Amino acid sequence: MEILQQLTFLERGIIAGLIIGFICPLVGAFLLVRRITIISEALSHITLTGITAGVFLSQAVIWLNFVNPLYTGFLFSLAGSLLVEKLRQIYRHFQELAVPIILSSGIGLSAVLISLAQSSYNEWYSYLFGSIVTVTLNDLFFIMFTGLAALLILGAFYKELLSISFDQEFAETTGISVNRLNFFFAVLVALVISMSMKVVGILLVGAMVTLPVAASIQIAKSFKQVIILGIIFGETAMIAGIALSYYLNIATGGVIVVAGVVILIITNLVKRLTQAGTAAS
Amino acid sequence: MERKKERPYVLEIENLSYSYGRRNAIENINLKIDEGSFLGLVGPNGSGKSTLIKSILGLLTPQKGSVKIFGKPLNKFRDWSRIGFVSQKANSFNSGFPATVYEVVSMGLYGKIGMFRFLTKKHKEKIIEAIEQVGMEDYINQNIGQLSGGQQQRVFIARALVSEPSLLILDEPTVGVDARSVNNFYTMLKQLNEEKGITLILVTHDIGAMSEYVTDVACINKFLHFHGGAQEFEFQQEEMMSALYGHDVQVLTHNHDHHHHHEYDGGAPQ
Ligand SMILES: Nc1ncnc2c1ncn2[C@@H]1O[C@H](COP(=O)(O)OP(=O)(O)OP(=O)(O)O)[C@@H](O)[C@H]1O
Ligand SMILES: [Mg+2]
Repeated sequence: MEILQQLTFLERGIIAGLIIGFICPLVGAFLLVRRITIISEALSHITLTGITAGVFLSQAVIWLNFVNPLYTGFLFSLAGSLLVEKLRQIYRHFQELAVPIILSSGIGLSAVLISLAQSSYNEWYSYLFGSIVTVTLNDLFFIMFTGLAALLILGAFYKELLSISFDQEFAETTGISVNRLNFFFAVLVALVISMSMKVVGILLVGAMVTLPVAASIQIAKSFKQVIILGIIFGETAMIAGIALSYYLNIATGGVIVVAGVVILIITNLVKRLTQAGTAAS
Repeated sequence: MERKKERPYVLEIENLSYSYGRRNAIENINLKIDEGSFLGLVGPNGSGKSTLIKSILGLLTPQKGSVKIFGKPLNKFRDWSRIGFVSQKANSFNSGFPATVYEVVSMGLYGKIGMFRFLTKKHKEKIIEAIEQVGMEDYINQNIGQLSGGQQQRVFIARALVSEPSLLILDEPTVGVDARSVNNFYTMLKQLNEEKGITLILVTHDIGAMSEYVTDVACINKFLHFHGGAQEFEFQQEEMMSALYGHDVQVLTHNHDHHHHHEYDGGAPQ
């Protein structure tokens, strides 16, 4: 605790970034193989609603002024995630519908709440595009806590999630409860999205979940490799993003995403070259 | 025919009916399967074979009737590692899925290992053994999507075998497997059945090849038309086939249902 309190704002940002760079690709790999990476977009927007609600509450209700908007963001993200799961069951043959439904509801509600709350443009800007220099101690606690919870869920259900992602019917016949796993997975995704909010930003959080694994799947031969390479790429993009955004004073999320795209391009080139190499030999 | 009376039933299906909508896909099925038998389950397309299998495995919840596995009602049964399953649609997975043969086969153990635990050395040996059993050891680190259909099918069989089940259920496992491999495969099943005493249920359309290997046969077309020994089946095969694939089903059904009941209500001669 004491050590955490002595951290400079930059150190806080770096620690937060490294945690996020580790966990996003880990969960992204499961979203990828389940073909639902798009869910991260829906959840980031509903998280925005939660954050605006938090800001609005802390202004409107005096005794709620201690509320960190990240917590309300998480609650909305969780509700959104469970709702997506529900909608996917209701529209079983049109599962992609769940995303635009949640996404547009999220933006609509956010717009209403933003106009009610009186905040500076700057505050929203840092939520939209991410900012490393505004990570408070309270935010860091939130990120560590949600990161730990996410790791716990993954540690408990890694095998089960992999089996269900590959072949749900078979997984069921080995005694794995699909409903229970889907619930925990929804919680996991909600944790990861709301935790990334402060550093990467609402508009770009989907990229942190997607880009590293999109790069790693190009060269990975196993699921394990998708995860390991994904984490390496995620952390690389994160460190590059933090360094450049600090020295050049650009929005952190933006630089992280640009770094992720560069990695993606490089892995695609590497894949091409190695394929051309094996074909020629 | 003599009945091996002392042996417990692996599976007891009573009055089982399942419908996806208004029409029953299977109706009033009564079937008891002895431990150690190798049952061939046949019937035309849409006759309810897969529906019956899924009801046994708890993937579908039948509207009527009951299933007991190893003497336990389905909803109380927890020991799923005792059952191996190869689905008819096994290779309809996303072929871009980044998993190796080893990873796919290891999934057969996941339900058994439990939360927070990972594969031990002993598990790893079992996985390799199962892969060798289906002759895929040269492909162990290959991506599953990059294998041929028949090779994928072998991997799924290894995934079903890896937990060392005492009941193995295979729904058309040899679709896409070449003729020689099919024979090898049936021989392997027969070995599992005879040497390890694994009870087998094999759904197939390949009636000719099947009947050389199985000990028992069941024919269904919504209703159960026949259940008996392989020899008895061969004896009645022609009549059976025209009944199943040809004429009006309903009329014959009641006859055979009846016949079937006799066989199992104490085995009284007809
Ligand atoms: N998911 C489903 N929804 C609605 N009806 C279904 C579904 N699956 C199967 N049916 C119907 O149930 C009946 C039995 O189907 P089932 O798949 O059990 O047949 P099968 O004997 O396995 O056939 P096949 O030899 O083609 O595999 C068919 O009439 C089919 O149309
Ligand atoms: Mg079928």
